[in-house]
Amino acid sequence: MPKFEYAPAPESRAIVDLASSYGLFINGELVDGTGSSFKTINPATEEHLADIAEASAADVDAAVRAARAAQTRVWGRMSGAERGKYLFRIARIMQERSRELAVLETLDNGKPIKESRDVDVPTAAAHFFYHAGWADKLEYAGLGTSPRPLGVVGQVIPWNFPLLMLAWKIAPALATGNTVVLKPAETTPLTALLFAEICQQADLPPGVVNIVTGAGETGRALVEHPDVDKIAFTGSTEVGKAIARSIAGTRKRATLELGGKAANIVFEDAAVDQAVEGIVNGIFFNQGHVCCAGSRLLVQESVADEVVRRLERRMKTLRVGDPMDKNTDVGAINSKAQLQRITELVDAGEAEGATRWTAPCELPTRGFWFAPTVFTDVSQAHRVATEEIFGPVLSVLTFRTPQEAVAKANNTPYGLSAGIWTEKGSRILWMADQLKAGVVWANTFNRFDPTSPFGGYKESGYGREGGRHGLEAYLQTGEGA
Amino acid sequence: MSTTTATSRARDLLGVSSLSNASLTTWLHGLPGVDQVGCEARAAALGTRSIKTTSKAWAIDTAIGMIDLTTLEGADTEGKVRSLCAKAVTPDPLDPTTPHVAAVCVYNDMVGIAKDALKGTGIHVAAVATAFPSGRASMPVKLADTKDAVEAGADEIDMVIDRGAFLSGRYRQVFDEIVATKEACGQAHLKVILETGELVTYDNVRRASWLAMLAGADFIKTSTGKISPAATLPVTLIMLEAVRDWRELTGEMVGVKPAGGIRTTKDAVKYLVMVNEIAGEDWLTPEWFRFGASSLLTDLQLQRQKLATGAYSGADYVTID
Amino acid sequence: MSPAKTKKAAKATTPSAPKRIDVRKTYKLYVGGAFPRSESGRSYEVRDAKGAFLANAAMGSRKDVRDAVVKARGAQAGWAGATAYNRGQVLYRVGEVLEGRREQFVAEVAASEGVTRTRANALVDQAIDRWIWYAGWSDKVAQVLGNLNPVAGPYFDISAPEPTGVVGVLAPQGSSLLGLVSVIAPAIVTGNTVVVLTSEERPLPAISLGEVLATSDVPGGVVNLISGRTAEMAPWLASHRDVNAVDLTGAADATDVDWADLEVKAADNLKRVLRPAGSGSDAVEPDWAEQPDLSRVRAYLETKTVWHPKGQ
Repeated sequence: MPKFEYAPAPESRAIVDLASSYGLFINGELVDGTGSSFKTINPATEEHLADIAEASAADVDAAVRAARAAQTRVWGRMSGAERGKYLFRIARIMQERSRELAVLETLDNGKPIKESRDVDVPTAAAHFFYHAGWADKLEYAGLGTSPRPLGVVGQVIPWNFPLLMLAWKIAPALATGNTVVLKPAETTPLTALLFAEICQQADLPPGVVNIVTGAGETGRALVEHPDVDKIAFTGSTEVGKAIARSIAGTRKRATLELGGKAANIVFEDAAVDQAVEGIVNGIFFNQGHVCCAGSRLLVQESVADEVVRRLERRMKTLRVGDPMDKNTDVGAINSKAQLQRITELVDAGEAEGATRWTAPCELPTRGFWFAPTVFTDVSQAHRVATEEIFGPVLSVLTFRTPQEAVAKANNTPYGLSAGIWTEKGSRILWMADQLKAGVVWANTFNRFDPTSPFGGYKESGYGREGGRHGLEAYLQTGEGA
Repeated sequence: MSTTTATSRARDLLGVSSLSNASLTTWLHGLPGVDQVGCEARAAALGTRSIKTTSKAWAIDTAIGMIDLTTLEGADTEGKVRSLCAKAVTPDPLDPTTPHVAAVCVYNDMVGIAKDALKGTGIHVAAVATAFPSGRASMPVKLADTKDAVEAGADEIDMVIDRGAFLSGRYRQVFDEIVATKEACGQAHLKVILETGELVTYDNVRRASWLAMLAGADFIKTSTGKISPAATLPVTLIMLEAVRDWRELTGEMVGVKPAGGIRTTKDAVKYLVMVNEIAGEDWLTPEWFRFGASSLLTDLQLQRQKLATGAYSGADYVTID
Repeated sequence: MSPAKTKKAAKATTPSAPKRIDVRKTYKLYVGGAFPRSESGRSYEVRDAKGAFLANAAMGSRKDVRDAVVKARGAQAGWAGATAYNRGQVLYRVGEVLEGRREQFVAEVAASEGVTRTRANALVDQAIDRWIWYAGWSDKVAQVLGNLNPVAGPYFDISAPEPTGVVGVLAPQGSSLLGLVSVIAPAIVTGNTVVVLTSEERPLPAISLGEVLATSDVPGGVVNLISGRTAEMAPWLASHRDVNAVDLTGAADATDVDWADLEVKAADNLKRVLRPAGSGSDAVEPDWAEQPDLSRVRAYLETKTVWHPKGQ
């Protein structure tokens, strides 16, 4: 029995008023779809939360038509200053309803309440706030002359940061004068539907934002819809490639933010306590359901044992369990399917001869759970070192020289992010130059900001989201049509 | 520990044949660096722990029992010190289950008064010494100051390091002063005040912590309370990491005492969470962790009453010292 | 036998021999800084706009493409690692050498495109000026396209462009020199290396450009030029997994080339694709006389964002 046992500190779910079923948000109204429905559950308890409409191709078509009408008649004609005021309104309402959004996100996603409360929701609101200010300043973005919207944007987002990914997609699209049809992930539709209500509260003109819930088929209908001008997708590399193929030969534009297998590189002169925190944050933040997670720890051989020892000690203090408890550090795995995928890869890691260590913790009996796990004795050839696990599983590899670290870090088809831990400034700058990754965190990890462009090299996708660079994906420039 | 034992142990730990300033510098500067932003982010994250109900009750009583109830004013009088001692013994006359504090901390001329007032209570008397708070005096004066307090019955001595010497890289001098003071303490426990507000950087705090432990400190303490900033969560985090790592290296435990600026129960609980998760629960006892504070006790009592009665309490229901 | 050859054969039978026999140029590939023949041993006849024989050009194969990608990859890190100032100087030097050999290019452009010498002169002028325009961007791109990001926290956060890597280029079919330099220069100025499938019918200015590059301090492998059948080689280039981006500009008017199919192939490793100009599924060759903007430079850049804490 520990001396200082933290008593349960559950966030109240009373603030959330869940309906038993939800429709689609098309042309400013929540409407019944013409397709079937599916259930969304709380992955921490397997409790059935609500029935969600599965948008059919006809529903998607209705949403695209609403978006087109809104774009040509209202939103595309509105001055940037007026558009910006709507975005400011949305940002403010998100802040006002932040607790409700956080609780709902945690219920539907399984992530710890402290993360939805301190990261997802405030950062989502900040994205709207940042982009609101761009709406009437686009000609200053330096992206070319006479910037104009593309038209209707189809957006498909993942389940790992449901509201935040929605914000990353919708805020820049709206700021640049586009209208959107967004499909949230099938396991996490609820905050997007609450966002629909926020659009109504903000009096956003109907059709500017449309939300169609559903699974892969709904997403395909949206991507392949002939009247969509641009696709913005965050998700797996496999689906990203399918999207790239499906729009080939058309004039649809795309930004793809896909998978990763980031190297988090720790040198012997690193500030070791902060490096350990960075490793923990890098892989256990959001249960490792992060495309830019630092899933490969590359540690210099001279300090490998010490770093791993400190890491394991630190992992013993991670509190795994009820996501609604304010002291929970690691919540539930988002779905049964994802848990199976993690389990399969971890089994493969053991079978391939890597050494597994799992933090001692009691897991709840219901729901989907995976205890924080580290593999040592991993080589580049192991599946756990090459495949994206998307769970709380870290693979540790070693290196001897900076060149070797770079070679190993870049030895992957992915190129989303990387981490560097060293107290030597010139080495940081050299490493940052060498790493083929869209985001390089030096002496920190998993930092996000609306002003900071995010996106990958190679098979991690193309295009950037956030910052001045993120606007480019939603604008056409130059003279002529 | 005598000067020669301290020096020879330090030589062993450093793996050098002579304990020069250069060898101390190499050793201290070889410690891992501290990234300020990462360190502060970690401290802030620990500060978001939500400690409720039974665990809050435990934390409040634990914190009360860790307080070095302090008065270090030019205006201190015998009456003031006796009154403080009375409060130390019985923080809440209406609720005898309230624990007493760990120690009363005074200037050395008040040690006798405090000792007398606390006779038989088990509460220690701590005295600040070595030309507290600036430490700007000659070594014989500092040692006389220390011996004077010990002879008056002090159980614990809170010394200050020479920050000037430390900041100008005269580590051997700082080491020697701690060793000499420790020797002058005899049986009394030695707390070494780093005055982190003057050391400024976390790298300095880490180095000063290790230097003090190397020289034989029983406790490392953040601040005199006379310099702002006094104790902060990140500074205490660095010091807790230092004692944790020192135990791994030597097997010995060293205590930690944040002092100054800790006024609320909320603050105290954050420190206890940090002790628990950084150094580990072995440190969750007055033997290894103290709060240097005066007004903190009042707020802990208010919160204790709130937990007991369910209603928010008020200042009129807590005795002043 | 084609009519042109008959014509030439007829000429050869004239009784009076010329005063001097020309030393004809053999047009070969330009790969890795060398001028190999196609590994396939094939060549094809290149004719002028009126159908007269100009030369035999090497007919590149998928293996030539493969070899060129190896050379381009090998040269990429070094070229990107050169200072931007140095790349600018090297590319400016190319402009100087082009200027020195302008007569040759005027003749080749006139023959290839069937334009008057005056028009050819203007096209060569524009090509040289275009090259110089892009060359000057080398040490400005990062300043124009990069920036510091004012993040809400104690971090230094900077975004800067980096070259994508190896770019496969389908050179325009029509504009044999101006179009060619307009697609090569924006790719290499930032540190990419290119494998270019030259205009199928008008490859001669491209091979001559290779000779200019070879004598202008451009490291071997930075630009690789392969003449031959676009339809035969383009799928290999588009599907090559060690190519990071493809420019499909030259799909316009290329024989038997479907750019949609190439874009599908490019998706296998998520290449960055610069689609041909035009609307819908049409592909048209751009008007190269128009002053370009940065869009072609931007097409082969990655934005890298680096974060670092600020503390004492």
